[in-house]
Amino acid sequence: MKLRLEVNGRPRSADVPPMKRLLDVLRDDLRLTGTKEGCGEGECGACAVLLDGELVNSCLVPACQADRRAVTTVEGLAAPDGSLHPVQQAFWEKGGAQCGICTPGMLVAAVALVERARRPSDAEIREWLAGNLCRCTGYVKIVEAVAAAARARRPGAGARRPKRVKR
Amino acid sequence: MRGDLAALEVLRPRRLAEALAALADSDRPCPIAGGTDLYVALNEGRAPARRFLDLSRLDELTGLETTPSGLRLGARTTYTELRASRLVRRRAPVLAEMAASVGAIAIQNRGTLGGSLGNASPASDPAPVLLALDAAVELAARDGRRVVRRRVPLDRFFIGYRETAARPDELIVAVLLPSSALEGWRYAYRKVGTRRAQAISKVVAAVGLELGARPRRIAAARIAYGSMAPTPVRARAAEAALAGRAPTSAAGRAAARALLAEDLHPIDDLRSSADYRALVAGRLLESLLGALGGFRPGLDD
Ligand SMILES: Cc1cc2nc3c(=O)[nH]c(=O)nc-3n(C[C@H](O)[C@H](O)[C@H](O)COP(=O)(O)OP(=O)(O)OC[C@H]3O[C@@H](n4cnc5c(N)ncnc54)[C@H](O)[C@@H]3O)c2cc1C
Ligand code: FES
Ligand code: FES
Repeated sequence: MKLRLEVNGRPRSADVPPMKRLLDVLRDDLRLTGTKEGCGEGECGACAVLLDGELVNSCLVPACQADRRAVTTVEGLAAPDGSLHPVQQAFWEKGGAQCGICTPGMLVAAVALVERARRPSDAEIREWLAGNLCRCTGYVKIVEAVAAAARARRPGAGARRPKRVKR
Repeated sequence: MRGDLAALEVLRPRRLAEALAALADSDRPCPIAGGTDLYVALNEGRAPARRFLDLSRLDELTGLETTPSGLRLGARTTYTELRASRLVRRRAPVLAEMAASVGAIAIQNRGTLGGSLGNASPASDPAPVLLALDAAVELAARDGRRVVRRRVPLDRFFIGYRETAARPDELIVAVLLPSSALEGWRYAYRKVGTRRAQAISKVVAAVGLELGARPRRIAAARIAYGSMAPTPVRARAAEAALAGRAPTSAAGRAAARALLAEDLHPIDDLRSSADYRALVAGRLLESLLGALGGFRPGLDD
């Protein structure tokens, strides 16, 4: 099928089998390899992207269900001039990434949270990220980074307001 | 394994009647809603079909609404929608509580009620809660040019391991909750798994009580379990043990005895052992009854 999507704010299209996984469309057809495959069964969150602003596991989404919808991947989080999203900046500063395999999914999930909750508690952050597994960090630095990003994002905190996730 | 996916075909109707016409065909496609169960199978190379019927454009399967007889939840209702719905939180808060315990956020955003019932896993979290709520399933099929609907009470819907009373040419259209189960009843739910998120339950239980005020008596109870049998099950002996009794820890113990003697025959499998399941199932019942009936399990009355 001829798939039309908006990926990270830009219209894209690809000729793909309709039941191909959105994960493979992103990686193979659109060459956006930031999104990773961990388990291929919805457990690990390495493949997380936003579909119309909602967090999904792209290994469980058929391409056809993404037709005419907006996808945000890790590549779309930074501003066009390359400056990092506050969540990315906070991961960088707080040591929220080690080997990096979980990081794209973690960032996308964390951005989805920070975009909708102004002052998430640690418990909310942990619930929100419960579908993203990390073998390296022990999660503490990740939770700290997300809390810091949420603080930085609050109006009056002096940080750049991140680009809105496209809905 | 991904090569397989390239060969799969999909139909994407916008109208229920069209979707049902496709299912009336002898070469019938397999429905797909959120794909959170199906894609696990597909990714493992276990494709249940070559052709699929995408339900994601069928508006007739969406919506949460009040009807003259109760609540109607469209089959495509996601866990996220259940959690967010004011209507659900006001009239059936136990469903929102259940939804918050499923998978993690990304699964809650995609997984649907219809998908859970269609999948008919004995470990489904919605199933015991909906059984306790006395829910019915609305099914639709095509008969010539007409769309024919019927209702199946959920306690007659699960007929065997991953087998339901729905015919292959039928779609699950909605879940119906009767007002008789919403007014005057209180519900509690609990799932026990290896960890809080993303875990399939070892034992999952839902309890509903109708409590009379004077004298304070249990007028009726509905109790259901998952992960304890080939299908989600109602615990009728435990329910009978409670009817007419005062809500006390003695009543809770009696119900737990009936539960383990008659209702449940737990098994050993990769997720848990029979002994563990029996112990936890009994304790869960007492603690859920205690929460609803206002007593502390284990204390003598
Ligand atoms: C990581 C992970 C964690 C999970 N955690 C939980 C959990 O904690 N608790 C839990 O209960 N489940 C859990 N699940 C299972 C799954 O998410 C749920 O069962 C979900 O509700 C399935 O809905 P779906 O729309 O994604 O189903 P699909 O995968 O789209 O469909 C499932 C089955 O139902 C059929 N079907 C779908 N819709 C209809 C319909 N309207 N009419 C007829 N048949 C239909 C399909 O043909 C298919 O056979 C988990 C799954 C994953 C991958
Ligand atoms: S690769 Fe999709 S959740 Fe693990
Ligand atoms: S940083 Fe290595 S898995 Fe998370």
